[in-house]
Amino acid sequence: MTEVTLTVNGKKYTQDVFDHVLLADFIREKLKLTGTHIGCDTSQCGACVIHVDGKSIKSCTMLAVQADGRDVLTIEGLADGDVLHPMQRAFHENHGLQCGFCTPGMIMSAIELIKGKPDITDQEIRQGLEGNLCRCTGYQNIVKSIQEAAKNENNLTNR
Amino acid sequence: MYSFNYLKPGSIKEAESLLSGSDDNKVISGGMTLLPTLKQRLARIENLIGLEKCGLDKIVLREGLLNIGAMVTHFDVSNSALVKTENPATAQLASHIGDRQVRNRGTIGGSLANNDPSACYPAAILAMSGTIHTTKRDIKAENFFVDLFETALEEDEIITSVSLPKPERAAYEKFPNPASRYAMVGIFVAKFDSEVRVAVTGAGEEGVFRCQQIETALSARFLPESLSEINISADGLMSDIHAEADYRAHLIVELAKRAVAKSIAR
Repeated sequence: MTEVTLTVNGKKYTQDVFDHVLLADFIREKLKLTGTHIGCDTSQCGACVIHVDGKSIKSCTMLAVQADGRDVLTIEGLADGDVLHPMQRAFHENHGLQCGFCTPGMIMSAIELIKGKPDITDQEIRQGLEGNLCRCTGYQNIVKSIQEAAKNENNLTNR
Repeated sequence: MYSFNYLKPGSIKEAESLLSGSDDNKVISGGMTLLPTLKQRLARIENLIGLEKCGLDKIVLREGLLNIGAMVTHFDVSNSALVKTENPATAQLASHIGDRQVRNRGTIGGSLANNDPSACYPAAILAMSGTIHTTKRDIKAENFFVDLFETALEEDEIITSVSLPKPERAAYEKFPNPASRYAMVGIFVAKFDSEVRVAVTGAGEEGVFRCQQIETALSARFLPESLSEINISADGLMSDIHAEADYRAHLIVELAKRAVAKSIAR
């Protein structure tokens, strides 16, 4: 067991964890933040993507102890109360989800992907999403959502 | 996953002494291969030694050589202004490893120590005759890559950084497997004042190798056309569900042509 202290969505947590616990499991089971999904558990599908110190990572392939002292952002940390984050709003408005399982990871990846790229192309978005799989194959509207959010990037506030 | 202790030494000296403490201790850098291996219970480790606090995350120019710390992530290599100027082919190679999330965690030292037969970095380091610096010695690329997932590293030896000379021209071309994104074949072509070196990953039954036939042809004339008459033997090349050996042999020549063209255009 190791005591870890990390900031998740702006809130500081100190917890004892077993050293072999994955960050994804820690977030879901210890912190009860279940918006971060575990799809494949083999770092292929991207449903578990979160940000650690501002960078997108697959939380099923990082240990909770490795996040000690770091700043974590999950899907729950994006909206400001009832006001959706611009990327969430773009997914909402463009029907960027079907079953919704991959959506948290898609959104977390997309936010990093469009940083500083208001004119990101369709091709760049598709390439940038190689680490995220949608089993509904709803990619058309996912790409459309991200492109719209990128255009409005000036309004994006990445907390 | 079996349980283990995670240790965070504050220096490479301390990491080295922890590692030599037991055969069941292992170092972890980005963990993009090791963690999935542990999750499948393919390995059992007593102490996992994280190198994140050992200061191995710098990219510097040292005596004319580009020196990349073992813990530098693929994303940081691809995004480094210094790498882009000194060795653009390596920056471009790093920008296509795995996916963005893997690039944000995976490191150059981890990739080299793992020596996956389909990994990209081994091709670059071998083609440019890089040097792998460890806690014990300096190892030339020619002597480093031994066999599939096997290197010259001793059990208690840790990679600290990699040095690369600056080629006149260089480029990397890979044919990624559409599902895994690993190289089905990857070619790194590097032209120096005195020689042309070409390394192939993803294809060899014993891992990364140099292709003398292509090197000789390109040494005569460094143009894609120089390779139009070349036929590579399929002997010693991998056959698997993704591609037969003769298809890989064909890809080697085609990708080498593209790499040469790309290096000339750069």
